Amino acid sequence: MNIAREHFRQPLGRTPFHERMVALTTSEHWATWNGYKVPRIVDKLSIEYFAVRSGCAVMDLTPMEKYRIEGRDARAYLDRLVVRDLAKLRPGRVTYVAWCNDEGKLIDDGTLFQLDESRYRLCSQHHQLDWLLMSARGFDVGITVETHDVAALAVQGPTSYSVLSEAGIACLGDLKPFDVTRSDCAGIPLTVSRTGYTGDLGYELWMEPGDAEAVWDAIFAVRGRYDVHAMGLNALEMVRIEAGFVMPGFDFNTAEATVRNDHDRSPYEVGLGWVVNLDKGHFCGRKALAAEKARPPRRRLTKLVVDGNRPVGEAFVYAGRNGKQVGEVRCTTWSPILKANLALADIEFINGKLPEPLWARFDYQRELKWHTAWAECHAQSKPFYVPAHRSLTPPARY
Amino acid sequence: MTRPDAIVIGAGHNGLVCAAYLARAGLDVLVLEANDAAGGMAAARPLGDGYRVPGLPQCVAPLGRAIRSELELERHGYAPGRPVETIVLDPGSAHLAIGQDRVAGDGLAQADAAAWPGFRRQYLAFAEALRPLIENPPPRLKNLPRGDRMTFAKLGWKLRVGLGREAMYEFLRVVGMNIYDVLNDTFDDERLKAAIAIDAVLGSAMGPRTPGTVLTWLQRLYGELDGAATIHSGNRLVEALTRAVEAAGGRLRCSAPVARILVEDGKASGVQLEDGETIGSGLVVSNVDPRRTFASLVGAPRLDTLFANRVTQIRGKGVVAKLHLALDGLPEFRGLGAAALGNRLLVAPSMRDIERAFNHCKYGECSPEPVLEITLPSIHDPSLAPDGHHVLSVSAAFMPYDLDGGWEAGREAAARAVLARLAQFAPGLEARIVAREFLSPADIEAGYGAVQGHWHHGELSLHQSFMLRPLYGAARYATPVDGLFLCGAGCHPGGGLTGLPGRNAARRILDTGGRP
Repeated sequence: MNIAREHFRQPLGRTPFHERMVALTTSEHWATWNGYKVPRIVDKLSIEYFAVRSGCAVMDLTPMEKYRIEGRDARAYLDRLVVRDLAKLRPGRVTYVAWCNDEGKLIDDGTLFQLDESRYRLCSQHHQLDWLLMSARGFDVGITVETHDVAALAVQGPTSYSVLSEAGIACLGDLKPFDVTRSDCAGIPLTVSRTGYTGDLGYELWMEPGDAEAVWDAIFAVRGRYDVHAMGLNALEMVRIEAGFVMPGFDFNTAEATVRNDHDRSPYEVGLGWVVNLDKGHFCGRKALAAEKARPPRRRLTKLVVDGNRPVGEAFVYAGRNGKQVGEVRCTTWSPILKANLALADIEFINGKLPEPLWARFDYQRELKWHTAWAECHAQSKPFYVPAHRSLTPPARY
Repeated sequence: MTRPDAIVIGAGHNGLVCAAYLARAGLDVLVLEANDAAGGMAAARPLGDGYRVPGLPQCVAPLGRAIRSELELERHGYAPGRPVETIVLDPGSAHLAIGQDRVAGDGLAQADAAAWPGFRRQYLAFAEALRPLIENPPPRLKNLPRGDRMTFAKLGWKLRVGLGREAMYEFLRVVGMNIYDVLNDTFDDERLKAAIAIDAVLGSAMGPRTPGTVLTWLQRLYGELDGAATIHSGNRLVEALTRAVEAAGGRLRCSAPVARILVEDGKASGVQLEDGETIGSGLVVSNVDPRRTFASLVGAPRLDTLFANRVTQIRGKGVVAKLHLALDGLPEFRGLGAAALGNRLLVAPSMRDIERAFNHCKYGECSPEPVLEITLPSIHDPSLAPDGHHVLSVSAAFMPYDLDGGWEAGREAAARAVLARLAQFAPGLEARIVAREFLSPADIEAGYGAVQGHWHHGELSLHQSFMLRPLYGAARYATPVDGLFLCGAGCHPGGGLTGLPGRNAARRILDTGGRP
């Protein structure tokens, strides 16, 4: 019997854009994402960060989990799966969703695309096939993993509209935030959505893996007229914190991967209460979430602006300097555009309220010597960075 | 029709018990039954021309004292039957008769005869120790309400003080064991051991060597605390319970199969019958198998994902078939006088034979030498057959629900195997047969709605008992659907003709004002 046994020589998969990424990378700083080899930094972090915020950055999204959900009961199935009211979702629209287990604890979040009347695409951070199949009991619905069959590219930044138009993708001007449409790029069919994880103007392109390099080349062909850079995961981490987006598995434990009691989190506890609609009819976790909502809040993943310019890294948060320890920093970044030290922290409430003032105690190294420092933290309710150009339709032309 | 305060789905005995308690508490209760008469598995069913047989239960203990007095069942015509003995049939006619305090038969060792009464007393004491757990809703393990603390306190008292130190150690030693080892430690006589083992495994997909069979035996023995086992005739119990429901103002509607339990906004709002009629009520109590209640009547889409999946993992595969015979006269069993035929007869030569018969059903086969429990209910209730005629009822194990090749193809061969086994002990039986009926586990599923034809709506194994019965999330009669409760054999304390699931459920419903 002749079985291809050479796969082990390449334990990490290569996305259809990989050769193009290899050609561009100077840092060779790679990471694993969902079994694929992807850049953490392609060239220089600051260049990639500023490409998103003031130019155009291109990121390979292919490793993101993608599921095709279709069939007679697809809508009813999704309504029962996610905590959000899908009444307004229609073909050609995308919505941000989250889903919970029976106890109302978050399993994952993602974007849900309605491609036509009974066909959807769900994109998520973590592998969800088991949960999606378990949830399918009693529904006439087909669920297919299409992670490896659809190449995906995020094109993000203030000039992304101009870049993509210049690269030959028509009708982008009419595309509103969270729209999705069929289009083409110099004769190559693709799907375009006005979505992203950067908090800036941006698009995501979905295509056959075989067409991936041609689309990439069309986009990078406008270099010279526009500043276009490939981007890695590190820059994405910076901009998503600025935009106030949470990362399941990093900012909170996903429920079905949590062992210890009370280490999982509900949508309310990570600031996704606005996604939950308790009045839309039955969905998984509804009863538990309704009970939680009736109680005073116990904790929140809180957006913090930390005084000073030292990144706090891993830190405890206290109610007052030298006060009671009330939380932990989950992620942190220095925001070059805001000139601010940002963090998301899991904070226990006291008597149903966010304790004040909040101080972070953190350790930092200077010439290998460790120091301990305190910095006051200021809680924010809004995302740190929301540029006006992000939601203009049609977007500004550059 | 006026909107009832509560709808009970299924007029099996637990449904009737629950309905009677609710009606006596002042609720307007409507009991809906799919079949054309109340009683479920316990109801008598017609056989041939002019005969009736008493459903599935054959030899059962009377209802507990509490239910009898609380529902005034004696006033409604209930009377426990005459106590009977168990006779283990022997191919060489060395039959063994086992009573409550005595065991007798050719070739029985003196030591075994002497040990039996004390052994039975000890295990009855163990069953008595479990009484607080069995007669109350299963207690929570965390955030105990006061009633649950009482249950645990009584259980602890009964175990430690009621049993005493030595007996408590013995109880803790054996309670998780299999009946095979315990009996081999105690007795030599194969017939005696087989008879006890049958009580531990009949109705379950378990052999004597299956862990947990001491517990299943204790659950059976528990019934005998309030009275010795009698031959079930299918009439008096069901009629008395029906009268108890109606006397308290409850209504009973037969031939009204429920197709769906209606749920609005997470709350039960009524039921829809198969003919489309809807009946509204904010309190729905299901005596139906939990697997069917949740998977079909409510439907997985209206439940949470993990719960809906756990429902599908409830274990409970029926392995007992039923053979009913109408006879033109009293049959003759070799070596057994006519006077003895009113007893419960067993064909189970040894524990090894039971285990071997069980092996077949694990692999989708019927045992060619089935284990049989035989009764002649018409001896106790002559109304079941015309004058001078009789009905004979046989529970035959092990016959798996998922028979290879299906029951349509396998039914006749299985029935023949039972008849052939009977003929070894009653050679002239076949000539007396006027009519016969064979109910496979698949027929039991179709006729009584018990999923996979399991008597107890789910195996009485340790992992599906007490606060895990029928499953995590619905173990205290309330369910994730507000206003929907369970009251059947699938709930704690399980199957058998005890009425306890119905009584416990009613208590929970009344204690909580119908809220979960």
